[in-house]
Amino acid sequence: MFPGWSAMSKVMPLGQAVRENLKDGDAVAFEGFTHLIPHAAGHEVIRQGFKDLTLIRMTPDVIYDQMIGMGMAKKVIFSYAGNPGVGLLRRMRDAIENGYPRTIETVEHSHAAMANAYEAGAAGLPCAVFRGYKGADLPKVNPSIKSVTCPFTGEVLAAVPAHRPDVTFIHAQKANERGDVLIEGIVGVQKEAALAAKRVVVTVEEIVPDFEGLHPNLTVLPHWTVTAIAVVKGGAHPSYTHGYYDRDNAAYLEWDKVSADRELFAAWMKDNVLDATPEAFAERIKGL
Amino acid sequence: MTNFTPTEMMTIAASRALTSKDVCFVGIGAPSAACNVARLTHAPDITLIYESGTIGTAPDVLPLSIGDGELCETAVTTVSVPEMFRYWLQGGRISIGFLGAAQIDKFGNINTTVIGDYDAPKVRLPGGGGAPEIATSCGEIYITLKQATRSMVEKIDFFTSFGHGDGGDHREKLGITTKGPTLLITDLAIWKPDPVTKEFTVISLHPGVTREMVQETCGWTVKFADNLEETPAPTELELTTLRDLQERTRRAHEGGKAA
Repeated sequence: MFPGWSAMSKVMPLGQAVRENLKDGDAVAFEGFTHLIPHAAGHEVIRQGFKDLTLIRMTPDVIYDQMIGMGMAKKVIFSYAGNPGVGLLRRMRDAIENGYPRTIETVEHSHAAMANAYEAGAAGLPCAVFRGYKGADLPKVNPSIKSVTCPFTGEVLAAVPAHRPDVTFIHAQKANERGDVLIEGIVGVQKEAALAAKRVVVTVEEIVPDFEGLHPNLTVLPHWTVTAIAVVKGGAHPSYTHGYYDRDNAAYLEWDKVSADRELFAAWMKDNVLDATPEAFAERIKGL
Repeated sequence: MTNFTPTEMMTIAASRALTSKDVCFVGIGAPSAACNVARLTHAPDITLIYESGTIGTAPDVLPLSIGDGELCETAVTTVSVPEMFRYWLQGGRISIGFLGAAQIDKFGNINTTVIGDYDAPKVRLPGGGGAPEIATSCGEIYITLKQATRSMVEKIDFFTSFGHGDGGDHREKLGITTKGPTLLITDLAIWKPDPVTKEFTVISLHPGVTREMVQETCGWTVKFADNLEETPAPTELELTTLRDLQERTRRAHEGGKAA
């Protein structure tokens, strides 16, 4: 009944981890709040050419800009469609404003709603209840934002459906040989996104024999909550991995130019994603 | 007198509004610069919180994103994003939310979602992120932006974050118990809401700025306070602190991959 109960069998190449866990039409979350964004997994998903995905993520960021630009998304559930610190997501905008390369459905929330929806998913609840959206226009354009009245105080609170992704992809510092996963630094919403999902695929910088001597609270996911683990050194680039390498800010700035032009984007994706392998990420973090 | 730019005046005037007692939820961009200048000058004990979960952070350079590693390394503690929004923001532990804006109206309502119609937008902006709940859960809201007729408009296209709505007691009517926007700092002036109508009123002009300059760059008819003041020019310390911070930031972000 638990995903990936057999520990040793869950460490595998990234290609296999993606192939065995994702299918066309799935609802999928790639999480990592600026830190630990699973870009290598995203690129592998693009190489394998999935279709009609529902992409869930608080900040769609460069990772979804690439998938949307490749025409893989039918729907995006999100709360901040920006390139953090740089500006707009130009492929996502092209899809919303011009239907290129295909139209996408958008379901827009606030960060608080998205975080609460993941937490509700992890907690096995059908919906999240919180104090939010007061006076805001999003409930007028997103029919999944509703309200409930507190049975004790009468306060009207916002309610949104829980996130229950088919698959959640995350990147982490390390796993041990048993498959327990450790994350430190800005931990974001990955634990909730993983526990809300039916299947969990984790890329890690390295696998160590055990976590002896490390801080006892650093393990966020025990091995029996994880479906597959793939070692991809540099797998968060151009995001960063606390304790391993810094954010490649120049790459985020470059993306603003690459994504501004459809042909430039297509050429960049061919060179850096379609014709590349997960091993390329180790090169990309050199000097960071 | 020292030379300074309108943007520098805006950032420094915004920094002066903060004190060591404040617990401040910091938006990226101009708010982040203002909050850190405050911390490096007159408000060393201010608690700065970024929505990535970093509480009590003291970065040496301004973060490019709200989740830069340095925010975590210098923070008192770093919590998960659900905890950030539930216990700390919704829990009422944050006194000031400091926001920027793409579009704002005279009642401090903010649009960062779309220009034009939501379903067929002329320009799709990033959206709200944390702002819709920051605007209603923080004790009060400070807003900073550069004046322009396309950003200070009579009617915003989308209510991303609620300010004072149609003015008056609109917040109370919606059951919102926090104060909402209490301060607007632009590159030309300092504005505060009228105590009754809640319409933003200019209370202080920055040095060298005229009423006409404020009106020409604002899309609604501007109200000025009877006892209009002049914002004190930046001090040498304030200006040096801001410029050093920006220079350190520029050098750090140029970094990226060693070429």
